[in-house]
Amino acid sequence: MTFNADFWRFVFGRFTLDALPLHEPILIYTFIGVAVIGIALLGAITYLKAWKYLWTEWFTSVDHKRIGVMYIVLGLVMLLRGFSDAIMMRAQQALAFGHNQGYLPPHHYDQVFTAHGVIMIFFVAMPLVTGLMNFVVPLQIGARDVAFPFLNNFSFWMTVGGAVTVMMSLFVGVFARTGWLAYPPLSGIAYSPDVGVDYYIWALQVAGVGTLLSGVNLIATIIKMRAPGMTLMRMPIFVWTSLCTNVLIVAAFPVLTAVLALLSLDRYVGTNFFTNGFGGNPMMYVNLIWIWGHPEVYILILPAFGVYSEVVSTFCGKRLFGYVSMVYATIVITILAYLVWLHHFFTMGSGASVNSFFGITTMIISIPTGAKIFNWLFTMYRGRIRFELPMMWTLAFMFTFVIGGMTGVMLAVPPSDFVLHNSLFLVAHFHNVIIGGVLFGMFAGITYWFPKAFGFKLDPFWGHMSFWFWVVGFYFAFMPLYVLGLMGVTRRLNHFDDPSLQIWFVIAAFGALLIFIGIISFIVQLVVSFIKREQLRDVTGDPWDGRTLEWSTASPPPAYNFAFTPIIHDHDAWWDMKKRGYTRPIQGFHPIHMPKNTDAGVILAGLSVAIAVGMIWYVWWLAAVSFVSLIVFAIAHTFNYKRDFHIPTEEVVRTEAERTRLLTEGA
Amino acid sequence: MSAGTQDGHAPPGSPHGEEAAHGSLAGYVTGFVLSVILTAIPFWLVMNHVLPTAVATTLAVMALAVAQIFVHMVFFLHMNTKSEGGWSMLALIFTLVVVTIALTGSVWVMFHLNANMTPMSAHDMRNAP
Repeated sequence: MTFNADFWRFVFGRFTLDALPLHEPILIYTFIGVAVIGIALLGAITYLKAWKYLWTEWFTSVDHKRIGVMYIVLGLVMLLRGFSDAIMMRAQQALAFGHNQGYLPPHHYDQVFTAHGVIMIFFVAMPLVTGLMNFVVPLQIGARDVAFPFLNNFSFWMTVGGAVTVMMSLFVGVFARTGWLAYPPLSGIAYSPDVGVDYYIWALQVAGVGTLLSGVNLIATIIKMRAPGMTLMRMPIFVWTSLCTNVLIVAAFPVLTAVLALLSLDRYVGTNFFTNGFGGNPMMYVNLIWIWGHPEVYILILPAFGVYSEVVSTFCGKRLFGYVSMVYATIVITILAYLVWLHHFFTMGSGASVNSFFGITTMIISIPTGAKIFNWLFTMYRGRIRFELPMMWTLAFMFTFVIGGMTGVMLAVPPSDFVLHNSLFLVAHFHNVIIGGVLFGMFAGITYWFPKAFGFKLDPFWGHMSFWFWVVGFYFAFMPLYVLGLMGVTRRLNHFDDPSLQIWFVIAAFGALLIFIGIISFIVQLVVSFIKREQLRDVTGDPWDGRTLEWSTASPPPAYNFAFTPIIHDHDAWWDMKKRGYTRPIQGFHPIHMPKNTDAGVILAGLSVAIAVGMIWYVWWLAAVSFVSLIVFAIAHTFNYKRDFHIPTEEVVRTEAERTRLLTEGA
Repeated sequence: MSAGTQDGHAPPGSPHGEEAAHGSLAGYVTGFVLSVILTAIPFWLVMNHVLPTAVATTLAVMALAVAQIFVHMVFFLHMNTKSEGGWSMLALIFTLVVVTIALTGSVWVMFHLNANMTPMSAHDMRNAP
């Protein structure tokens, strides 16, 4: 061979065969497992000749309902990855005492806890939340799609692009070993010279574009596309919390983008924003990333609060208690979310005045949150409570979240934070609020809206299995961590010396095992429900005796959602319509103007991943070529004027007649 | 329900749900001229050392930048208290609140970080282990 090393470095950047983890047996087996499942899946799709269907009906779809479902599928798939990291950590910590070093060496363990945090927040919680909002919001406000349907598809694929980038790091190169927020100087080029932090940066940058754009999209949808008569104070609470969440997204995510861009400049071109030299200051990174990071917490929890509000009001058969106070509590949380960020780094060195200011704002933010809990309780008071699964998740949330909220207020007191910070107490606290708040809310939402999306309910037996294993498993897994944290055990350790602690870690690992059974039950529930779909079928479109507009249309809703845009006279619009003896219009249909599917989103996101890979591995030609292609393709796409079509009247008539037939047969 | 008679709804994907103000030529020219003036003054201030100190120059340039932001918002983004039913104004106020919190908060936090440090002279700092 006449090519020299420079040539190969030009072609492959810093990628060499050493980057493949051939010497790590765990990763080899994981890779074989993933490859076998992946090939089986691709083979099944090919065998069923489903590629064309998937591509034309789902991947290129601009229908908000399908995009919402795809977001949730992405979130659930990534939950499996994030959870396998979790169970590896629990097993390691239960084993590694004294002479036993466990099976995860530190450099591997550090990647696992970093990947666990990044994946659970950015690629599980965010897609689940965005997916629910995407699916539900247009239906609840009586719209036919979101404001920018193509942008919606593009946002989804950018999120997938970020997820693909993270997953790639498992088998090609390494992931960051810095913790989920990648604080410098550890994440700087001096201490993390390998590709790990670059994977982290580019995965978040690619996914961040998607998150930001979907935020813009949903704000525009909620403000501009509500059905006539739906004033702001008649919007369902879920729409309100979605609006506030997306306002938080649009205001907070640019900060993350900027701070990661500054970190990239430090790593790629040798600037010194966050180094210790030349006037740089790593603490500025911590400050900036938490200006994004705290609103992010509320971005995740507010939609869950919205789900609980809808569920409580539906399953108690009552109007939500204190609708107006609920709205104002949500708005107050939105503003206060920007005033508490320093409580994540009380111990960084600020004086008493700064720490007490942020301690007090943190305690204040628990007031509107507490008000919400009372609103739900008073809605249940003297309601006819139906203990269906969504309601059970809501009750589990109320018990669990109150505990998490109280430990949160403990951490908000700066002197006690000095004792508890960086300990397992903190780990227990945020899992308590994120699992007990966000994840339970997402499960409530998925169970609640599943019949709307697919036309049949989820199987209750396996739903109860999943519920009980999750809830009990949660308490087994995280209550021991509170105890350990109070005893002073710090987080992120892969080995312990004191054998008296081991029993607590064993209990926690047992809890993780219960959660594992909960997750498996959830998957079984999906399969069983699909098999028994004829028994679980709902033809009315209103299986829970719902109160909001999404229950007024068919399940699954037709592509155009509503043949006629409803007119709103009260909040709980569908309940109001049912009370007034609403009859469905069965004639006088018009052709319906709809957006056309497009493959541009998939292509743009694919090019973005190529840029990311080029930048991560220093393959500059790949990054440059992909970047130019991205710009050219994006501009070319704007010249595509064939982006809408009309659903002909005959098709609308046919769809609506089918629904009339089902309704009369069911009645 | 008499929903059957109307379809009071902008179909998704249509270019404009409702027409917003798109400005006039005079408006754009005014905005352009003001922007040029507000850009030229900082250059003049910096290149001719008009103001006595560098700090004064910096502050003047920043003030002119803020003025320019407002020119852009009024003449190019067509923002006023009534556009988009008041949502533009609300968004602007929210943005200003958040930006103010982030900037003043960061400055306050970062300048407070030495509060718990042992007092040190510059000499001690340089020879710190």
